[in-house]
Amino acid sequence: MSNNLPAELRYTRSHEWVRRNPDGTVTVGITDHAQHALGDIVFAETPEAGRVMAAGDACAVVESVKAASDVYSPVAGTVVAGNPALTDAPEKINTDPYGEGWLWQLTPADPAAVDALLDAAGYERVLAESAE
Amino acid sequence: MTQQTPLYAQHVALGARVVDFGGWDMPLHYGSQLDEHHAVRRDAGVFDVSHMRAVDVAGPGATPFLRHLLANDVQRLQHPGKALYSCMLNEQGGVLDDLIVYYRGPGRYRVVVNAGTAAKDLVWIRARAAAFDVEVVERADLAMVAVQGPTARDRTVGLFDAAGRAAALALEPFFAAEWGGEAGMFVARTGYTGEDGFEIMLPAGEVVAFWRRLLAAGVRPCGLGARDTLRLEAGMNLYGNDMDETTTPLESGLAWTVALGAPRDFIGRAALEAQQRAGLSRKLVGLLLDERGILRAHQTVYSPAGEGQTTSGTYSPTLERSIALARVPAATGGEVEVDIRGKRLRARVVRPPFVRHGKSVIVP
Repeated sequence: MSNNLPAELRYTRSHEWVRRNPDGTVTVGITDHAQHALGDIVFAETPEAGRVMAAGDACAVVESVKAASDVYSPVAGTVVAGNPALTDAPEKINTDPYGEGWLWQLTPADPAAVDALLDAAGYERVLAESAE
Repeated sequence: MTQQTPLYAQHVALGARVVDFGGWDMPLHYGSQLDEHHAVRRDAGVFDVSHMRAVDVAGPGATPFLRHLLANDVQRLQHPGKALYSCMLNEQGGVLDDLIVYYRGPGRYRVVVNAGTAAKDLVWIRARAAAFDVEVVERADLAMVAVQGPTARDRTVGLFDAAGRAAALALEPFFAAEWGGEAGMFVARTGYTGEDGFEIMLPAGEVVAFWRRLLAAGVRPCGLGARDTLRLEAGMNLYGNDMDETTTPLESGLAWTVALGAPRDFIGRAALEAQQRAGLSRKLVGLLLDERGILRAHQTVYSPAGEGQTTSGTYSPTLERSIALARVPAATGGEVEVDIRGKRLRARVVRPPFVRHGKSVIVP
């Protein structure tokens, strides 16, 4: 199975992706692999603006028909916004995980922490290991 | 070690996500659980239910034996082919399993039990059968598929021979027809989805060809995921979730399946009558979530009458909101709150089913 992993993104072992925006904020979502594993997503709860989170905090919930899954913050920072479109259309996480299915945007406490995350090749190795 | 049904290779070839269910490798879905759910509500879907076990009970003592073994009364089955839903209880009135029993003719019955409980059930049934002139035969040679949905019967009858087609088309709901003898076809107008359709038993060696013909006839393969959302919308209990050995049918929304009218000594009767005399403290109800979120099993329910717990919960694809079954204090009604991941959300008590024949039937 070929993995859909945009090269410009950073990744985590818990299957989040991070996009660095020109304004210094970052956008967070779940990977194509994660949405596929969860199945049809029918509910998403995203964090509110202003929330301060540490790296590894559970800050969003994505629920498929079958089960609920936490989504963890890849880095420490302050939430700028949750994705309002997911309230009525959580299935965007399935159909466009790296685009319209983004979960939240935050201002990282330490921009260097983003660079320390996995690159696409590193995340691909994580997926290969877990498939073994 | 998990077991596999004769259709396992078909599931894999269709790209199914396979999960362990009651010790069996079963398809959870074939790509989209939601699409499979809607296919059954709007058109037709087929489920491999070969993990369930048919058990034939026959002999001069078959009727008295089943009248002793089951909480519902097989004496109600006067016409060959008629089906009856029943619980099988322990002496304490706890539910050992829920099952369907088909009347095949004088002294001949077929019982279909759940996969996860089949081994335990057979030990129980054989031990109680010893005192009766009856033979208990496990039919592991049979496979089983459920074809469900508004077009299910139309799409399926064309696969039968002329005589079978006529018999299947003539079936009333909750009746079965069989042809071709013990290694033939057994077709029942029953199901676990709240839609019309058939449950079909046939020799394991023939089920792959039959499955392929169903798919060729436009019937969509559906997994256990859709089966669960469909049965929950239909307000049907899942054994092990909504009831078990620690709950009675009276506490499980199944009083209608307990036949106390005739003077009949069935296992668990004394315990149920004692519970009735004492008054029920708990009941099983439907819940409809009034806020955004998804109800799941084992969430705490708060009401002025006391606390309860959800036993099954899901997103309802037909209603596009969350529904659940919950065991709550007997006086519970109206508005309640459910603890979902640390937040209390508002829900309403409703009478199941939630959906019948593709439409909402919620009565507050």
